[in-house]
Amino acid sequence: MGGQQRVYRQRIRSTQSLKKIFRAMELIAASRIGKARERVSSAGPYARAVTRAVSAVATHAGVDHPLTTERPDAKRVAVLVIGADRGMAGAYTASVLRESERLVGRLAEDGKEAVLYVVGRRAASYFTFRDREMAKTWTGESDAPSRELTAEIAGTLLEAFLTPEANGGVGELHIVYTQFVNMVTQTPQILRMLPLEVVEAAADETHEALPLYDYEPSPEVVLDALLPRYVQSRIRSCLLQAAASELAARQRAMHTATDNAEDLIRTYTRLANQARQSEITQEISEIVSGADALAAS
Amino acid sequence: MANLEVELVASDRVVWSGEATMVSAPAAEGDVGILVGHAPLLSVLRPGTVRVRGMDGSVLTAHIDAGFLSVDANQVTVVVDSAEVLEGSRG
Repeated sequence: MGGQQRVYRQRIRSTQSLKKIFRAMELIAASRIGKARERVSSAGPYARAVTRAVSAVATHAGVDHPLTTERPDAKRVAVLVIGADRGMAGAYTASVLRESERLVGRLAEDGKEAVLYVVGRRAASYFTFRDREMAKTWTGESDAPSRELTAEIAGTLLEAFLTPEANGGVGELHIVYTQFVNMVTQTPQILRMLPLEVVEAAADETHEALPLYDYEPSPEVVLDALLPRYVQSRIRSCLLQAAASELAARQRAMHTATDNAEDLIRTYTRLANQARQSEITQEISEIVSGADALAAS
Repeated sequence: MANLEVELVASDRVVWSGEATMVSAPAAEGDVGILVGHAPLLSVLRPGTVRVRGMDGSVLTAHIDAGFLSVDANQVTVVVDSAEVLEGSRG
């Protein structure tokens, strides 16, 4: 009986130390999330300026650029999967991976082969475990992607896109990432990045017609400079949103874990008390019956 | 007379925004100076120096690497990958 009590005490102690860890991780995620959201919003002006310029050129200059040309016969398709480096974020990586698998399945039905590019150690290990080939992985910065990392990812993908398929290039680029809606809601999204669907003078700007620009040195050169920047800023926005989502998911998961640990501690405390009580009861009944036996003799 | 509304935007932040009388920037085929009433222009920028002359005559100087510049109805947007405002100039 005494052994049972000891087991309960042990469990309470280990759950308590787990709770401390969960609490600490929750606080860390909470303190980082503000910064991550700030990064999302501070990348906004750049993205807006680039988008506006791209749609201005596209509307007036008659776009004919490799990055915007549809390739209906594309057989190889790049999929950029943006997951987390670490777990402890609830279903965050799992739901991104589920969306990716769905996309890969859909592409396979169309007779297209998916070439995987993966961000985040968790997502990479998922594919490694299943012996799936990955063209390239980036790990270590999933919760705070740097500018250099973004440039490298965008560079790699653009290069793959501009390489002919016969030489190992790809014909399309899809991005699977988690959109940060707010602190409570983050939804996994699939985005077809390349070839670019040119937005003809975005509908919300109709009140302000885009002017006829002079291009220097020429529309083609301007477009050449603009489009890779546009792609890069879109990829950056995906990475930043994914980072904010990851932190929000982690904070929520760790909060739930802390609550669960508290519940467990409460249950174990009850059980331990019960065990102690029954031990005492037994002892008393032993003494009493002993005394009774003595008195009877 | 109207003024230019200038925005200098780097990929991670707005470096500077406000009203100005003149902007000069290193365009692909030689530096351009932009005053009020400039025709709409979309230009590629070389790495170099952007100067913005403010309303009070002070000048903001910033080193930029490649980017582009758009002018449209007295709105000047300088979009660069990264920019560094020089010490001593108005920030």
